[in-house]
Amino acid sequence: MTIAHETTMSDPAPRSAGSEPLVVSGLHKSFGSQKVLNGVDLTADRGQTVVVLGRSGTGKSVLLKLVVGLQQPDSGSIRIHGQEIEGLDMDRLNEIRKKIGFLFQQAALYDSLTVEENVEFPLKRHTTLPDSQRRERARALLASVGMEHDLDKMPSDISGGMQKRVGLARALALDPDILLFDEPTSGLDPITAAEIGELIVKLRKERNMTSVVITHDVHGAKSFADRFVLLREGKVAIDGTFSQLEQSRNPFVVQFLKDAG
Amino acid sequence: MSVDPLKTVRSWFVTFLEWVGELGLFCVRVARATFSAPWEGREFVRQMDAIGSKSFPLVALAGAATGVVLSLQTRDSLTRFGAEALLPSVIVFSLIKESGPVITALIVSGRVGAGIGAELGSMRVTEQIDAMEVSAVNPYKFLASTRVLACFLMLPLLTLTADASGIFLGWISTTLAHPITFRFFLHSGLQDATMNDFLPATFKTAIFGLIIGLVACFEGMRTQGGTAGVGRSATSSVVLSSLFVILADVILVRIIQVVFPS
Repeated sequence: MTIAHETTMSDPAPRSAGSEPLVVSGLHKSFGSQKVLNGVDLTADRGQTVVVLGRSGTGKSVLLKLVVGLQQPDSGSIRIHGQEIEGLDMDRLNEIRKKIGFLFQQAALYDSLTVEENVEFPLKRHTTLPDSQRRERARALLASVGMEHDLDKMPSDISGGMQKRVGLARALALDPDILLFDEPTSGLDPITAAEIGELIVKLRKERNMTSVVITHDVHGAKSFADRFVLLREGKVAIDGTFSQLEQSRNPFVVQFLKDAG
Repeated sequence: MSVDPLKTVRSWFVTFLEWVGELGLFCVRVARATFSAPWEGREFVRQMDAIGSKSFPLVALAGAATGVVLSLQTRDSLTRFGAEALLPSVIVFSLIKESGPVITALIVSGRVGAGIGAELGSMRVTEQIDAMEVSAVNPYKFLASTRVLACFLMLPLLTLTADASGIFLGWISTTLAHPITFRFFLHSGLQDATMNDFLPATFKTAIFGLIIGLVACFEGMRTQGGTAGVGRSATSSVVLSSLFVILADVILVRIIQVVFPS
């Protein structure tokens, strides 16, 4: 079998144009003379978990930051629920951001706030819930990630895995329908990493959430990924299921999977 | 390999212009954020406490030390010219017109400027500011405008503290050498003073506060390069805000002399 276009042959299901929660097309981004993304295409359907792989420095984290408007692309298109985000004013961009949850690589918890206050932070600003209901919701979210006993702790007093759980609860606070994970399992022991993976699966089952996950842990990601997108030199080398990756004859894909163990 | 000095100077000049441009854009963003809803009242009050109340002891101490030093240093000089009776006026005028405002601004620049630069710098490198933006919260409003506004409002109040403690300790120092009642000291010191001596000098510190808040927030929020970058931001916040306060003082003193003649 020849891979006519590695990025399209592996689509697991046909998609209706314009209905996808996330469509990225022809995305370019450079920093000075360094070209980081060189025409990336990526689509995530409703309820689908897409894992983005690639060697360090291939622009995976940059891709997520472009999707939420933290950085601006040089060219290309990013559409969230059909809405192009490039060129939007801040108010409209913020409306779209409320539909997106983002778990940062180091959790990025506000270190002057307690665990509970971190989760309450977006609720305080974007909902009209009274204090008691807001606290109740924050506690429910923390309970859903197994952090209900550490409400008053400061982020510096909890482990990296616990910080990521709290970060996940905070990302879910506004009930988003797209979740972006930037290396959710990096720096974690295998058991905690597996627990984070289970949480991602649980979210998809319970909330039918669309997720884009950046990770280096190819085998760990098998448990929650519907599709894998492998980046190479700023382009998509392959887009498909894990078995399609395994069947690929693309030397880069073969080598990548071999190196990943 | 030789270095072209012209090229180096040009590169520095371009970097300086970029810095000025970025600072200008930052000021516009903070101004917009300050005058638009929603208001971050709770965070603003927290910053008033962190910047104002927590600077109070240090500013009072610095003001007191200035009062004592003014008393000790000027007594000798005035005695030599037979003008010892002017000592209360010299202390009061020096404090309210220049020493109090400038010392307060430099103390706040050191304590608060470094604190803001380091705190926001740390938030930048640990992606907390990015997390705030992703949560659809404007960091220019939540982090910068609350701090800038708190600096703007607290500097005049802190200056009054420095003035008061300086005058009081100046009196104590004076009365230890030549006993004099506080009432007489104040009366002598303030008899020739007008509101034009006191109000413009006190309220110019609001401009100092604006400078300290804007420079420190700007340096903090543009931090790059991990913990070393945080250290650089803290240092540059203090150095640049102190420098701009001193430069602004030169301009403001002249403007005050023209607009509010004694």
